[in-house]
Amino acid sequence: MAPIPGSGLAKGLAVTLRTMTKKTVTEQYPDVQPDLPPRTRGVIGLFEENCTVCMLCARECPDWCIYIDSHKETIPAATPGGRERSRNVLDRFAIDFSLCMYCGICIEVCPFDALFWSPEFEYAETDIRDLTHERDKLREWMWTVPAPPALDPGAEEPKEIAAARKTAEKLAAAQAAQAAPAESAKPTGPTGPTEPVDPQGGQS
Amino acid sequence: MNDALDVALRLLIVFGVFLTFPLIVGQTEHKVMAHMQGRLGPMYAGGFHGWAQLVADGVKFAQKEDVVPTGADRRIFQLAPAVALLPYLLVLLAIPIGPGEGAVGEVIDAGIFFVLAVMGVGVLGSLMAGWASANKFSLLGGLRTAAQLLAYELPMLLAAASVAMAAGTVSLPGILDAFEWWWLPWQIVGAIVFFVAGLAELQRPPFDMPVADSEIIFGAYTEYTGLRFALFLLAEYAGIIVLCGLTTVLFLGGWHGPWGADGLGWVWTLLKTAVLAFLVIWLRVTYPRLREDQLQKLSWTLLVPLSLAQIALTGIVKVVIQ
Repeated sequence: MAPIPGSGLAKGLAVTLRTMTKKTVTEQYPDVQPDLPPRTRGVIGLFEENCTVCMLCARECPDWCIYIDSHKETIPAATPGGRERSRNVLDRFAIDFSLCMYCGICIEVCPFDALFWSPEFEYAETDIRDLTHERDKLREWMWTVPAPPALDPGAEEPKEIAAARKTAEKLAAAQAAQAAPAESAKPTGPTGPTEPVDPQGGQS
Repeated sequence: MNDALDVALRLLIVFGVFLTFPLIVGQTEHKVMAHMQGRLGPMYAGGFHGWAQLVADGVKFAQKEDVVPTGADRRIFQLAPAVALLPYLLVLLAIPIGPGEGAVGEVIDAGIFFVLAVMGVGVLGSLMAGWASANKFSLLGGLRTAAQLLAYELPMLLAAASVAMAAGTVSLPGILDAFEWWWLPWQIVGAIVFFVAGLAELQRPPFDMPVADSEIIFGAYTEYTGLRFALFLLAEYAGIIVLCGLTTVLFLGGWHGPWGADGLGWVWTLLKTAVLAFLVIWLRVTYPRLREDQLQKLSWTLLVPLSLAQIALTGIVKVVIQ
């Protein structure tokens, strides 16, 4: 069936009229803060207690915007006759956000969980040099890092929790094996040991 | 002395309407267009939902330097905005908003003639601006304006003639006195032709080929800045008021309405005008711009035959009912 002449024109009018009655999508940003999703890439925070100055982040950074200075310290032996140990001490950690392209590779590559995304984005400056955030400022950003979002319902168990649970189960099995001979002497004892570890433990 | 006071008062009221109503339409356009596009529109000027946006715009325009290009025809260039704006003020004088002598600026016996002739003068402003600017874009815009004027003046006049035939008078209050409700379906084709042709004459989207800002940079207004440009914009919005008011008076029965007391006829006129003004904005938001050849084709192959058919229908019905 051929469309009625002018039905397209009427459809167009209907679309604009319907849009007029709907809620607008404008965000009134400076007056109302935006509702940012978790994992928003606003600024990078440094948890410097975790940093070992391995330099992986600085080396992987595609635009070379991470500056790290460090020196080596020697820790005297803990026990008499023991070996002295050396470790790196962080002197300077800076990220130049005028160069950063927010790829997040440094955060991905950090093996010690020292770098995190924070959703804060209001750190514009009038001088480009002020966009180089030194370690104290990067440490301050850590307070704005949100807790990681919950796992999806069907997601795999986190590795740390899986390892802890396995250890706990092994321990419980060993205890049960020890208790078993003592239990077998009594005929009216409980049928078996109760599970000492909640399988959901650590995920809640 | 009393007569002079009366005239002065009427002129003052019409002038006040002329200064405020276009701004109201403009602000409505800002907001309606924004919401039709899922936006909010102006929100800051004046505090409450940006009600003073156009006042702020006016202040901005007044502060700008008044530039006349060296190659321009100086006198004509400076005169053009006034020629574009003043006719609408004159037309506003003749539009009755209620029954009787008290609700019209000036009763003119040959009302339709006066109104349509003076409205035609308004387009001359664009032509003058287009020619006097000494600018290629302006000239193109001016020529397109001329072509559009030629094409759309004819169906508009024919449609208006149909109403004059039906009423047996060319006076605007006279037409309204003769109005019956069944004129609405009888003259509906003429009403649509009149309204569409009027839109084209105002160069409102979707008939804004002569000012097409994305291709010929506002056509005839390319070289204008500051207050003179603001006057052109004001002329456009005053034109909307005039067109909607005329359509209301000629085709929608002006102060006649199904309900309401005798003294409230002007409410009906204003209401119908407002609804038509909303329609103008709505059409602008919805439809893309017509190409120049489509524009000419619409007028010559659709609107002119339709208006002629309307005149024939009016004539036949008129003969039958006599």
